Amino acid sequence: MSGHATFEPKNPALKWFESRLPLVGLLHSSFVAYPTPRNLNYWWTFGGILSLMLVCQILSGVVLVMHYTPHVTLAFDSVEHIMRDVSYGWLLRYIHANGASMFFIAVYIHMFRGLYYGSYKAPREVLWILGVIIYLLMMATGFMGYVLPWGQMSFWGATVITNLFSAFPVVGPTIVEWLWGGFAVDNPTLNRFFSLHYLLPFMIAGVVILHVWALHVVGQNNPTGVEPKTPKDTVPFTPYATIKDGFAMVCFLLFFAWFVFYIPNYLGHADNYIPANPLVTPAHIVPEWYYLPFYAMLRSVPDKLGGVLTMFGAIIVLFFVPWLDTSKVRSAAYRPLFRQFFWIWVAVCIGLGWLGSKPAEGGYVIAGRILTIWYFAHFLIILPLLGLFEKPRQVPASITEAVLGKTKSA
Amino acid sequence: MNMRFASLRSLSFGVVTAVAMLAAAPAAFAQEGHGAPKPHRESWTFAGPFGKFDRAQVQRGFQVFREVCSSCHAAHLFAFRNLAQPGGPEFSEAQAKTVAEAYKVQDGPNDAGDMFERPGRLSDHWPSPFPNEQAARASNGGAYPPDFSVLAKARTYEVGFPGFLIDIVRQYQEQGPDYIHALLNGYKDAPEGVTVPEGAYYNEYFPGHAIKMPPPLSADQVTYTDGTPQTVDQYSRDVTAFMMWLAEPHLEERKRIGFQVMIFLIVFAGLLYFTKKKVWKSVH
Amino acid sequence: MASTETAETTRRDFLYIATGAVGAVGAAALVWPFISQLQPDASVLALSSTEVDLTQVAEGQIITVKWRGKPVFVWNRTPDDIAKAKSVQLSQLIDPVARNANLPADAPATDANRAAADREKWLVVIGICTHLGCVPIGHSGEYDGWFCPCHGSEYDSAGRVRRGPAPENLAIPPYSFVSDTKISIG
Repeated sequence: MSGHATFEPKNPALKWFESRLPLVGLLHSSFVAYPTPRNLNYWWTFGGILSLMLVCQILSGVVLVMHYTPHVTLAFDSVEHIMRDVSYGWLLRYIHANGASMFFIAVYIHMFRGLYYGSYKAPREVLWILGVIIYLLMMATGFMGYVLPWGQMSFWGATVITNLFSAFPVVGPTIVEWLWGGFAVDNPTLNRFFSLHYLLPFMIAGVVILHVWALHVVGQNNPTGVEPKTPKDTVPFTPYATIKDGFAMVCFLLFFAWFVFYIPNYLGHADNYIPANPLVTPAHIVPEWYYLPFYAMLRSVPDKLGGVLTMFGAIIVLFFVPWLDTSKVRSAAYRPLFRQFFWIWVAVCIGLGWLGSKPAEGGYVIAGRILTIWYFAHFLIILPLLGLFEKPRQVPASITEAVLGKTKSA
Repeated sequence: MNMRFASLRSLSFGVVTAVAMLAAAPAAFAQEGHGAPKPHRESWTFAGPFGKFDRAQVQRGFQVFREVCSSCHAAHLFAFRNLAQPGGPEFSEAQAKTVAEAYKVQDGPNDAGDMFERPGRLSDHWPSPFPNEQAARASNGGAYPPDFSVLAKARTYEVGFPGFLIDIVRQYQEQGPDYIHALLNGYKDAPEGVTVPEGAYYNEYFPGHAIKMPPPLSADQVTYTDGTPQTVDQYSRDVTAFMMWLAEPHLEERKRIGFQVMIFLIVFAGLLYFTKKKVWKSVH
Repeated sequence: MASTETAETTRRDFLYIATGAVGAVGAAALVWPFISQLQPDASVLALSSTEVDLTQVAEGQIITVKWRGKPVFVWNRTPDDIAKAKSVQLSQLIDPVARNANLPADAPATDANRAAADREKWLVVIGICTHLGCVPIGHSGEYDGWFCPCHGSEYDSAGRVRRGPAPENLAIPPYSFVSDTKISIG
């Protein structure tokens, strides 16, 4: 894994500092000399893109707070005040609102990549679990952020999601009242959600540091799933990975800018431009797109507690993936059967997402049930059995062999 | 080759479930409710990547709002100063002041502790026709005329598959204006077998079809000074353009900056691409 | 061999510099909205005028009104106050400039330039000590004007600073008489 130069300062001032706090050395070994597999494809750039999105959301969020008022009578108008009167306020708000969606697009690609190439397998289990924790924190943050503009969808989204907890026997109703700080979603709820929405991103940043730390302990996985064996298998992070990540980030920003500048309300709901009204529920309430698959699962179970447990279970099951997958081979590139089931599972997730946006009636519910069962079966039945029955293809001896082999045949 | 084939096949096999449902669902599963037709997509000057408001149209729309709509509908986020800001109707500041002064605005309390009325100033907001929602309902047969401030962004209609994906590429986001225009032109006699409740009117595009708002526009109701036809269709287009500006006053600035940002990012991405190729040359 | 290498190096250097430069420009442009949002927003800028009814101010009385979130003192001065202010020589002043937004920036700090035009009994000043922003107390101090409780600055009956640490006379906001008994500030 080593083989690339370590940091040795020449400048006497830097030398003095480094002997007392080896900060530059740490950065150097983490982001300059750090050996990355030479065969990473562009799906591996989404980690960098996610860091960029986290920074983007925190920065734009911090300045939005300078103009936002967390009070039920003022929240909606203060967001519109940002849109109308604050210099570049419309830009900052649209960046933040669409940034949340971009963050989730990137995290889903990042997770799908990890699942495809078996990046959760030993010795990367802790790395994977930290990632699932980040994803959970992101969901909580996104949900509470959507409440802040205090439109109809904010209010009813908050009502429905907090009511999920009422499904738990005995303590449920008390938990919900404690979440609300009252007997319905109201000003105390808005205030605490605002507080937590500001806090959680910094917790995400903390877990991201652990995630990157764990990554640097075990090293990156790569499309072959074969660990680097010789220095020839890796290249230094800078300039190779940095420039590649940079290019991918700018391409991602192009996609992001398309939404921010041209269709900024596409990913939101028109109903959220109606101020919250506790007495009238909108005809179709749907969560933000990134929660739709889970929403579909919630609705496909006819029992209240069962639905809630199913929904949470869909995320909990991700924690156990490193042990549910019994295959010795990491990468789907050498697992013909797994690859097919992986894509079916992706289609199931997309299908669930689409069903989540539809009214809970008729054939939609039946389809939702089938897909929900498949979602769980993928993790609980297919993954364990595949490892036992699948005949993987020949795995290359080393990364270099795989890369050179490909170059030759091309 | 074999490997690529396999992955393609598995991909298509997997996607089949989802796509089949996407395509078949509206017919097979759905009990899509109220039989409201989709509003027609109009051609708006403010649509698309280079969209701009037609100043004259927004000015006329303001006239319609002022003379007709504002007697029932509030617009509490609308300040008189907005009339003179760039990117909208762009009245002169003097014109905006004249408009403001024509309205009485409540101010106070004065030193005696009383509220008083004074002529509006540029910093004032458009006075609401009713002091509160209850008063508005009481005067409108129980219905609350919605506030106009962001109404053009608060209305939409379902586009369906695959239109909702095509709209991303086409940058179509004018569902709100389409709906408002359709609604204003959607008053009809109720079809046979449909009874409209007392005090309501049949409107093709209104959810449930029974709307409490009487047909608000009629031909020659507002006198245009620039020779534009004084028809209901024209009025509704003009007032819709005004409402869109009111809901998104920085639309022009947004699209202008957006274009600059896109050009910049494309150039930057190109440079990074070639730099990346140069850097990686020694490895491959 | 050597020459190709040089040519290649130059081209590569140019590409790196161009990419870096474009990136730097982009980063700088991105920073601007984050800085720009700090400035007073459009609604704050629009709230610029306050009207004051002068009939309520008895002779000798100072009232305080709020303009742009700041206190403004309106003083109906007695002939004695005016006479005292007039007797002061410009050379005695710490700040010889009028600081009157209604006059040129270099107008001298005579009482006539400090008081309302043609209505010398009215003195309108922003009630913020020019030292560090406290609100001075009226009718106090050795110069019969204002005394700032924070750091002891003193102002005379034309609002001119007579004892430090404040460096400037109390500022006079833009205002005009809309009638004999009413002024509009801002």
